[in-house]
Amino acid sequence: MKIRRLTQFVVYGVLLVYAAITLIPFAYLLCGALKTKFDFAATLFLPDGDGLFGIGWDRLSGANFKRLFLELGIGRAVWNSIFIASVHAVGATLLCAMAGYGLAKLRFWGRSAVFSLVLSALIIPAPLLLAPGYQLLYQLGLLDTYIGLILPGLAPAFGIFLFRQAMLTGVPSELVEAARLDGAGEIRIFFELALPLVRPMTGAFLLISFLSAWNNFVGPQIILQSPELHPLSVALNNLRGVYGTDYGLIMAGTLVSIAPVMALFLLLQKEFISGLTSGAVKG
Amino acid sequence: MNMPVATRRWNWAPLFFVGPFLLIFGVFILWPMVSSLLLAFQQTFGPETTRWVGFKNFAYLVNDPRFWKAVSNTSIFTLGSLLIQLPVALGLALLLNRPKMVGRSWFRLIFFSPVLVGLPFVAILFSPIFEKRIGLLNVSLNMLTGGAWDPEFAWLQVYVMPALILAALWMYAGFNMIYFLAALQNVPKELTEAAEMDGCNAWQRFWHVTLPEIRPIAGFVTLLSIIGSFQIFELSLLLLNGTSGPSDRGLTIVMYLYQTGFIAGDLGYASAVGWVLAIFLMGIALIHRRLSRGQEED
Repeated sequence: MKIRRLTQFVVYGVLLVYAAITLIPFAYLLCGALKTKFDFAATLFLPDGDGLFGIGWDRLSGANFKRLFLELGIGRAVWNSIFIASVHAVGATLLCAMAGYGLAKLRFWGRSAVFSLVLSALIIPAPLLLAPGYQLLYQLGLLDTYIGLILPGLAPAFGIFLFRQAMLTGVPSELVEAARLDGAGEIRIFFELALPLVRPMTGAFLLISFLSAWNNFVGPQIILQSPELHPLSVALNNLRGVYGTDYGLIMAGTLVSIAPVMALFLLLQKEFISGLTSGAVKG
Repeated sequence: MNMPVATRRWNWAPLFFVGPFLLIFGVFILWPMVSSLLLAFQQTFGPETTRWVGFKNFAYLVNDPRFWKAVSNTSIFTLGSLLIQLPVALGLALLLNRPKMVGRSWFRLIFFSPVLVGLPFVAILFSPIFEKRIGLLNVSLNMLTGGAWDPEFAWLQVYVMPALILAALWMYAGFNMIYFLAALQNVPKELTEAAEMDGCNAWQRFWHVTLPEIRPIAGFVTLLSIIGSFQIFELSLLLLNGTSGPSDRGLTIVMYLYQTGFIAGDLGYASAVGWVLAIFLMGIALIHRRLSRGQEED
């Protein structure tokens, strides 16, 4: 009994220490964003002073954020990121769900060949496509456009894999057959029957796609030259090139960049984690 | 024509559902793949002029010290990541999987949260953390060791790969833990309970009962970690302000591909680098398949 209690104590101790290690960089980020350049170098977290708990609360301010939005126009990049990530997420989810449905529930010539072709692309490392992809966009005249940035990402191989799996396990063929006999068209069956049945996967995939576009740096860095098109990842890095040592400002920019994603995740975390692991556990 | 009504009505459906995906897939993934294979045998200066050079790019690669520097850096990063990150992830999952854990979902949420930050922002956040003198890591280590740790420890100037391993550990350990935890929750409780009744201690239960049960997922997570680690790029690039660091200490394979292709402008040589990496990773995936097939036969 005593040993059990001791083990429990150690287990919680280890978990709490690792939780602290995980959270400390977030605290560092949050404090840093509110500090001046000088205070950032002088103290790790909150600045010293004669306020409550010996902390200089009055030295903290939102000046970095004010500068980011009013002087440096980061708001533009925020909207760009939201636009790019939303269009990417909705487009990729729709295309993958449709193709997954087609591969799982429709019979046609070459179906398994199509599926193996797409699957084989799963092991192709994305960086391999950087050079020829850039060349292709150049030839198509799509460099420095959102179409050039978004379109190539709309057909991720793992998306079709996940949705085919979800359609196979989540949508009973008898239901589809019954709907067909009732005279429902394939488009109606897809939107009103199949898609609602795989809702958890749709939610998770929307989030995954949104995240991957939001956190994409290399793509926009290579494809978009005009600063007014840049999303946060590129804009913030460019800002670092100019104000590299002003860490307070950079931390504020980082906070602006990650806060929307964090909020979205907190709202939808249940769906996200279950969708994320469902493919892996079954496999 | 006497076609049955049903067939005629369904004919367009496959094209409608699978067609858009396949079109984009073909144009933006399949075609670039083929053309990258062609590019790998060309010398290119800018996207317009090309010259066929056969295997010259690959021959040059074999004797290119920067390429080998990139390979060695990337291998060190991958090895470090596997040996530190995966045991940490599995350990956390084992602790969280204990029966009657209070706050399990809170811990899970906290451990998972860093992966949401995204690679470019993790790199930007960690650049002050790794700073000399004022950086969080050096100051904390100095305090924890009672002054023994050198606050001038040059993470981003000398110990670049250890710094990358630490940043990746922070970012991905909790993410991999989610997979391990899901696998552990699928292990039948009767199995471990039976082993406990038979007098097995915790270590024996883990080694002989739990581990064989989660081997498929553990193998899958290991494979994904190897593939992901070998493609490390943005973390290094952004931590080092767009450079490969002093003496190329932060140069990785994909960063080399990026530098040769987009800074030096030789897309052909960059494609050769990419194909060497691709073939290597395909080899790893094949080995994994072989191994996991062997397991099923056990």
